[in-house]
Amino acid sequence: MNRRRQMLKVVRRTLLQAVPTVLAILILNFALLKLAPGDAADVMAAESGAATEETMAMLRRQFGLDLPVLHQFLAYVGQIASFSLGFSPRYNLPVADLIGQRLPVTLLLMVSALTIALVIGIALGTAMALNVSRWPDRILSVVSLVFYSVPGFWIGLMLIVMFSVKFGWLPSGGSESIGAGLTGVDAVIDRLRHLILPASSLALFFIAIYARLMRAAILEVTAQDFVRTARAKGISEASVVLRHILRNALLPVTTLAGMHLGGILGGAVVVETVFSWPGLGRLAFESVLRRDFNVLLGVLLLSSLLVIIANMIVDLVQAWLDPRIELR
Amino acid sequence: MAATVETSGIAPVGRRALRAFLRNPTAIVGSLFLAFVAMLSLMAPWLYPEDPLSMVARPFLWPGQNPAFPLGTDSLGRDVTAGLVWGGRISLAVGLAATCLGVSFGIVVGSTAGYFGGRIDNLLVRLIEIFQTLPSFLLLVVLVAIAQPTIETVTFAIAIVTWPTVARLVRAEFRTLRERDFVTAARALGFGHIRIVMLEILPNALPPIIVTASVLVATAILMESALSFLGLSDPNLVSWGSMIGSSRELLRSAWYLSAIPGIAIVCTVLSINLIGDALNDALNPRSPGIE
Amino acid sequence: MASPLLDVRGLSVRFPTGSPVIDFGFHIEQGETVAVVGESGSGKSLTALAIMGLLPRRAAATGTIAFRGVDLLALPEKERRAIRGRQVAMVFQEPMTSLNPVMTVGRQIGEVLRRHEGLSSAAARARAIELLDLVRVADPHLRVDDYPHRLSGGMRQRVVIAIAVACRPSLLVADEPTTALDVTIQAQILDLLDRLRRDLAMALILITHDLGIVGQWADRVVVMYAGRKAEEASPHELLAHPVHPYTRGLLAASPRLSAGANYRQGPLEEIPGTIASAAGEPGCPFVPRCDLVQPSCRVAPPPLVELGGGRLVACPIAAVPEAVHAS
Repeated sequence: MNRRRQMLKVVRRTLLQAVPTVLAILILNFALLKLAPGDAADVMAAESGAATEETMAMLRRQFGLDLPVLHQFLAYVGQIASFSLGFSPRYNLPVADLIGQRLPVTLLLMVSALTIALVIGIALGTAMALNVSRWPDRILSVVSLVFYSVPGFWIGLMLIVMFSVKFGWLPSGGSESIGAGLTGVDAVIDRLRHLILPASSLALFFIAIYARLMRAAILEVTAQDFVRTARAKGISEASVVLRHILRNALLPVTTLAGMHLGGILGGAVVVETVFSWPGLGRLAFESVLRRDFNVLLGVLLLSSLLVIIANMIVDLVQAWLDPRIELR
Repeated sequence: MAATVETSGIAPVGRRALRAFLRNPTAIVGSLFLAFVAMLSLMAPWLYPEDPLSMVARPFLWPGQNPAFPLGTDSLGRDVTAGLVWGGRISLAVGLAATCLGVSFGIVVGSTAGYFGGRIDNLLVRLIEIFQTLPSFLLLVVLVAIAQPTIETVTFAIAIVTWPTVARLVRAEFRTLRERDFVTAARALGFGHIRIVMLEILPNALPPIIVTASVLVATAILMESALSFLGLSDPNLVSWGSMIGSSRELLRSAWYLSAIPGIAIVCTVLSINLIGDALNDALNPRSPGIE
Repeated sequence: MASPLLDVRGLSVRFPTGSPVIDFGFHIEQGETVAVVGESGSGKSLTALAIMGLLPRRAAATGTIAFRGVDLLALPEKERRAIRGRQVAMVFQEPMTSLNPVMTVGRQIGEVLRRHEGLSSAAARARAIELLDLVRVADPHLRVDDYPHRLSGGMRQRVVIAIAVACRPSLLVADEPTTALDVTIQAQILDLLDRLRRDLAMALILITHDLGIVGQWADRVVVMYAGRKAEEASPHELLAHPVHPYTRGLLAASPRLSAGANYRQGPLEEIPGTIASAAGEPGCPFVPRCDLVQPSCRVAPPPLVELGGGRLVACPIAAVPEAVHAS
């Protein structure tokens, strides 16, 4: 009961904190949209092939582009409040629908990559910290630094060369076998086979980040007095590590896992492009090529909101994991 | 004259750090490799005076097939080695320039926020927070796409997405340092804000800034390569990322065209990160290098 | 005579950088309280950690630590773990940081019971409530589900003590258990430890830098200096007739004692120099701070001299009878 009230307090606080951030991001988005070459009227005119000055002016009036900037901004906010991000003439779809179609596969890719990165990163970091300054630590430190230095798109291409071209084990692109008509378990396996390479390419960089964070966090926790108290109980070293050290070391790692979610989203742009993964990142890339700024900024806005939501979730998880949070 | 309030021991710290740095074998390897890349890049106009985008030989020469082109040629008969050497110029130039810009701006914002505190701090922290909420690579793509890709816009855009990291760090350093005795003493002597910030606080905040800057150079090179891989770079300049991007379609037949520039990126970025790691160990022995 | 409960002989603790404990020894009988006194850096805490088997990995301990006749230093780690927390337990100096911040008090107490007595989690929780009651924590059935940050320093130290005595150990090592606490709470905690020692028939090693508390609580006092034993005596004898120049210095520097014992007015004395000033010298480590130095002191550390009644002093002036009773 007490705990639940606490959680509600955390939710309310984070929501309140998010309001100005969202507002600022809206302003930035709007400003970038204004800066982008060619407004919606230009785009429409270009689409229809030829347009007179009059039709252009009419279109501008129709889109409200002749109004003062503040009015335009308010209209933009009103539009977004009704979940409309404008229209994409190129795709002939409302931007919100377009993004809605692409979002689930991107989330799948991101969550998979994040899971891989956290599991392997935490394991590597733990292995490094428990062998600190000995050879496993030194080797893994260099390995994690290599992971940290590899561009995601390049490792993606190399994985394709290896596992698709040379061995032919895994598909080189897409998120499922189109037209194969798979159902049930086969469909799930097919999806997984498509997921492995892009998720691994995306995860690599973040494995390095989490491994190094985890190593530092464990080293810090291990030096604390309560670990000695735990050892003095005569419990096994495994219990000391699992129950006392890891549990506390995971706190800072959770916070930073949330902070890097935006990074994973950014990484998804290149990785989705490499693997023709039909998600938001690829959509962003396509809209750059087609100069469809409505779509591009829609993706940016939505991604920022996603990061804000993720940060709220992290705050909640943090409050749940760390009983001291009420003090802050 | 009471000019120096407390010499705060920068010089001895520097010398001790240098010794620790030089005792680190991975740091030496990183420095040597980076020096090698930098030298090749500087000498590119003499080593390969011809435009690296011009056709010089039969296309699709594999590495080792023709000793004149040790790393082979691409689909248009361009020399891969020349491309690498010229591409290194772009990578290093963009990496250094973007970092300098980003770090300078980050220092200005972070020191203002950290030194003055109060309302101005609240405002700047909000600004930093907003930039850290935007997925940085996506913002980078948007900025470059809107501003048209040239080497200058790419550099500026990378600086725009990286300064918040520096600002955050500098702010935290300034907040702790401004409470220290030597700063209070400098205030008591009636020194101006600029003098206190530049001569008393900033030198003491430098070690972590240097470490972060080195990591940022590596990050900037990775960002530039990803942008040019996506085609968001100056089409008239060859860069490592664009070499990979333009040979992507040939992955099945000529994978070496993607592999070789990638190895160049990995080795260069790794050597910078090795240096950054060693700097971190030498300058602030207690904290991890990567945020 | 039966062998003592714990018999430490020739204990040395070595680090790559030096040896903070050298050829140290003492013993403790069942139900007895022995105080080990010394300033920070004297090696008293490392001695405690060596008894517990909790020395840092870089440290190496030699000599013997015989517990009920079994040399703990010779035991494999697995068997040491079975003794640790069950037969030999420890209370630490910093109650604020000695408890895991993300685990309830009840589970931290229960953990040691589940490990050594194989209790179920429900039974461990019930025992944890009893133990909290035993160490005089108010409302134990509520506190058992609290996280440590909600408790005061004194309460946390009671919890640490509850963890230590949970399995009724026969030896409790308390390393400066009251140093971090308010003066008013110090006496309560020491009272509690003494009561538990009697009720549970434990022996208590009380490690402290405060000679002021040994008179009231200890049966025997061992004074440690720079990793070696300087003097050992009953508290009464030690406080009334300190022999070793270091013990005298400690007494003179101790406000309550010097005032109480000698009704002396005037400033407190201070022992000049630091404990590290003799590092690397061959002779007695106290030479740089001693005003009674003899030529032999500079050659080798003086051997312990038995003065009768279990009294031991590592100083050549112990052989001069009038010196013993001079102060």
